[in-house]
Parts: sequence; C-alpha cells; structure tokens
Amino acid sequence: MTETNLYLTMKGTTEGIIVYLDDQCSFEQLLEELHKQLESDAIHQRTSIKVHTQNRLLDTQQQDEIRHLLNDQHSIGIKSFESNVISKEEAKSWYDHITLKPRVKTIRSGQELHENGDIFIIGDVNPGATVTASGSVFVLGQLRGIVHAGFPDGANEVVAASYMNPSQIRIADQLSRAPDYEVEGSQREFAFINQETGQIELDDLHNLQKIRPNLTDISERGL
Amino acid sequence: MGESIVITSGKGGVGKTTTTANIGTALALQDKKVCLIDTDIGLRNLDVILGLENRIIFDIVDVIEGQCKLQAALVKDKRFDCLHLLPAAQSSDKNEVTPEGIQSLVEQLKPDYDYILIDCPAGIEQGYKNAVAGADKAVVVTTPEKSSVRDADRIIGLLEQENLESTHLVINRIRKHMMDNGDMLAVDDIVSTLSIDLLGVIMDDEDVIRASHHGNPVAFQPDTKASIGYRNIARRILGESVPLMSFDEDKGFLFKMKKLLGMK
Ligand SMILES: Nc1ncnc2c1ncn2[C@@H]1O[C@H](COP(=O)(O)OP(=O)(O)O)[C@@H](O)[C@H]1O
Ligand SMILES: [Mg+2]
Repeated sequence: MTETNLYLTMKGTTEGIIVYLDDQCSFEQLLEELHKQLESDAIHQRTSIKVHTQNRLLDTQQQDEIRHLLNDQHSIGIKSFESNVISKEEAKSWYDHITLKPRVKTIRSGQELHENGDIFIIGDVNPGATVTASGSVFVLGQLRGIVHAGFPDGANEVVAASYMNPSQIRIADQLSRAPDYEVEGSQREFAFINQETGQIELDDLHNLQKIRPNLTDISERGL
Repeated sequence: MGESIVITSGKGGVGKTTTTANIGTALALQDKKVCLIDTDIGLRNLDVILGLENRIIFDIVDVIEGQCKLQAALVKDKRFDCLHLLPAAQSSDKNEVTPEGIQSLVEQLKPDYDYILIDCPAGIEQGYKNAVAGADKAVVVTTPEKSSVRDADRIIGLLEQENLESTHLVINRIRKHMMDNGDMLAVDDIVSTLSIDLLGVIMDDEDVIRASHHGNPVAFQPDTKASIGYRNIARRILGESVPLMSFDEDKGFLFKMKKLLGMK
C-alpha cells in the first residue's frame, strides 16, 4: 500500500508504516500537511510509525515538534526517525567509532587510555594501567592491566593480546577478573562475551575469526 | 659541561638515597667531579649516609632564598676532594623550592662538575617535580617487590613526559634465595614489565646498612657484593660495558642482559 499526498508518502511494509517526508518543501509546510492528513484520519491512531526524512536533516527540536504533533495530538507513536543524511558531527563520531587507533606505547601503572573505536596497542598494558575503548582492544604485547572493550554497551567487542594475563577484563557491562592465586597467563588469546552464557570467556586467538566473523565489518557498527 | 641524573623511585625506602650516595662515591673513586643534591626537603639524610651532617652550614633552601651563595652551601666530602654535597633543608618551608629553582641551581653547577646526582624524595608530588626538573637523565630504583615495581612503573610513565635523554633501572636489595623460591620477582620479569634498560643490580647486603650507619658509603669498601654492584653501575654510567655480576656462580648466569649500555 502506497499513498502519496502533497508532501507525504506513506508506505506499508512488513515493519509497519513508514512515512516519507518531502525534503524540498519548508518544515512549516511539512507540519501543516502532516496535520491535515492526520485530521483526515489517513493513519490509524495508536499505531507506531517510522518517519523517514529522506535528504532532510531534522534537528532535535524539529523532531520534538513532529513527535508532539503525532504523539500528543493524535496518539501515534514514532518508532524512529530515519534519514539519508547525517550531520558532520554524527559522521565524525561514527568515523571515530569505526576507526582503529594505533598506539605505540607501553601503558604504565596509573596511566589511563580512553578511545572511541578500536585500539591497537603496540606495547604492553602493565598492572595498574587502564584502557577503555568503545570498540575492541588489541594488544601486541603483554596485557597485565585492566582493559574495558565495548564501553559502554558493545557486547560484541573483544580484547585480544599476544600475552594475556590481565587483572581485569570488562566487555560492555560484564566483568571478569584474574583469580586470587597467581596464574601463568597465556599466549595469543582473546576475550569475548559468550552469547549463551552472557559471560566473558577466553579462547585461543585462532578461533576469533570463527566466533566474531564480522569483527572488522564497519557496516555492523551502527549506521 | 657535566650531566645531571635524578635518582627516583616513587616508593619510599627502596634505596634512592643509598644509591645516590654510592653511585656518587663510586664515580668519585674514578676521579670524576661529582655534586650530590638532596632534594628531600624536611627529610634530609643523604648527608648522614655520607657522614657529613656535622659540616653543614647552609642548605638548598638558603641558596634558593638568596641567604647565601651556592658555593658556600656546598659541603666537601671527607674522603674525596671531587665529591660535594648540596644538602636539603631539614626544617623550613618546602614551598620555597620550585622546579625552576632547582633547574637554575643545576645549570650553575654543571660547568664545574662531571656528574650532578639529584636524590629525589618519595612520591609523585611537588618534591618529585622539583627533582626531575633539573635532570638530563633518570635512574629509577626498585626492589624486587610487586608494590615497588608498580610504583617504579608509575614513575617511568611520568618520566616519559619529561623529555629526558634516558631512563635506566637499578634493582636494589636482591635476595638470591627468595628470588630462586619465587618469593620475589625475578630480575627478568622486572625488566620485562618495566621495559627499560637495566643499569645494574644490587644485592641486599648488611654491609650497606652498616656502612650507612658509620657514614661511610659501602661503595668505598672494595670487597662487598653491594660495593661491586655500585662500582659496576658507575663504570656503566661512564660508558664501559660491564657484564652483570652473577649472584649465582654454579648455575651460571640466569638472565640475559637486554642491552648492556652505559648512560653515555
Ligand atoms: N642493598 C641494600 N641492602 C641492605 N639495605 C639497604 C640496601 N639499600 C638500601 N638499604 C636500606 O634501606 C633503607 C632505605 O634506604 P634509603 O636509601 O634511605 O631509601 P629511600 O631514599 O628510597 O627512601 C635504609 O635503611 C638503607 O640502609
Ligand atoms: Mg631518601
């Protein structure tokens, strides 16, 4: 079902109704048209729709206005705003999130390294050091400190190291710490959240490809 | 033009002052002109280890405050003409001493000495910053204990921001049987964790305590293990490549030296 009005195109899809808003007219014209269509009951009340703004970028205030109109006046929920375009700022932060940050440095006791995206440390992470990344963390060296990957909610991220003997590994909201007795540590391992148990587990590095086949696939990362 | 080396550690009581006194003595034994600066304001004790406390008239704070000339505050060692000490103040206001103040003192001393050794207080606050400000190079002292290595690591991280020419490691108070039993960190593991070049190792040795007690640094005696350790360090600072002293003759040497370079 597709229905086109002056500035609105409504499409019924398997995911529900998507309302495409014209991207050439003024925002006021859009609001007016939306208002008119709602008055004429083009959309059933108490449904949830997606709003697609095509090549128009709405700021949060404009989104609020549309939400106000639909929600408060006509009890229509908005699942999400979609668009073909993003702001430079969003693009930057997305770019930041998907790029690998190489660091040639030993992270020492008391030092903290926080980055957006993946971190590639060429050096050691010593006891008492903390590394936090929104993406995954790869250590070409000895990992003995604390690493938090997928901060705050990237449960698919991993921590990999040439030598793995961390005091703590955190991924998203999970935490796993070294036992109280001394352990030897191991070569070439990675830590990940096992989806079945929801817990952090360690595995041999050559299984990484099997367990996280899309690790470096940027389209997986929220665009 | 001399070079200045700060002796630091983060943790207290690991042997900074002892190391400063003994490297200074060992360098003086090699006829080098050496000035030791005690920057541990309020906790002066480099002078005691050297047995020079009775000769102090002015101190570093007097110099910085302009109460006396720099030359007047320098105490000459009783054994070597070429070894001098600029003592810390025992009382007085620590805030008088600034990084710029120390830096300018060191610059004034450099033309007259081959080496200026700066004994750093414990901690990572103002006293540390003062001591490091005047240094071209650093020596980090640690014992083979986890907490001490952890603090050394912290300090090395801070020193990396200082643009020093080099940072070297001294591992002090090694007890062979404890290392063998795994009750202390092994030299290898410490060097691997801290990943800086090893300048030398010093055994835990009663003679060190005895010598300090008598105000006569152990490096002055020819025959103890600790004194050989300090003398070797001095020779490495002078650019000689001296193999690490074995502390276990029958087993041969238990660790490979990474790079045996002197400070030059
Ligand atoms: N190699 C050693 N063997 C035995 N005792 C030592 C040794 N090195 C230092 N000490 C002792 O340890 C204590 C602390 O040394 P000190 O040089 O004052 O440390 P810091 O200046 O780092 O606080 C002193 O009592 C000293 O005699
Ligand atoms: Mg001291």
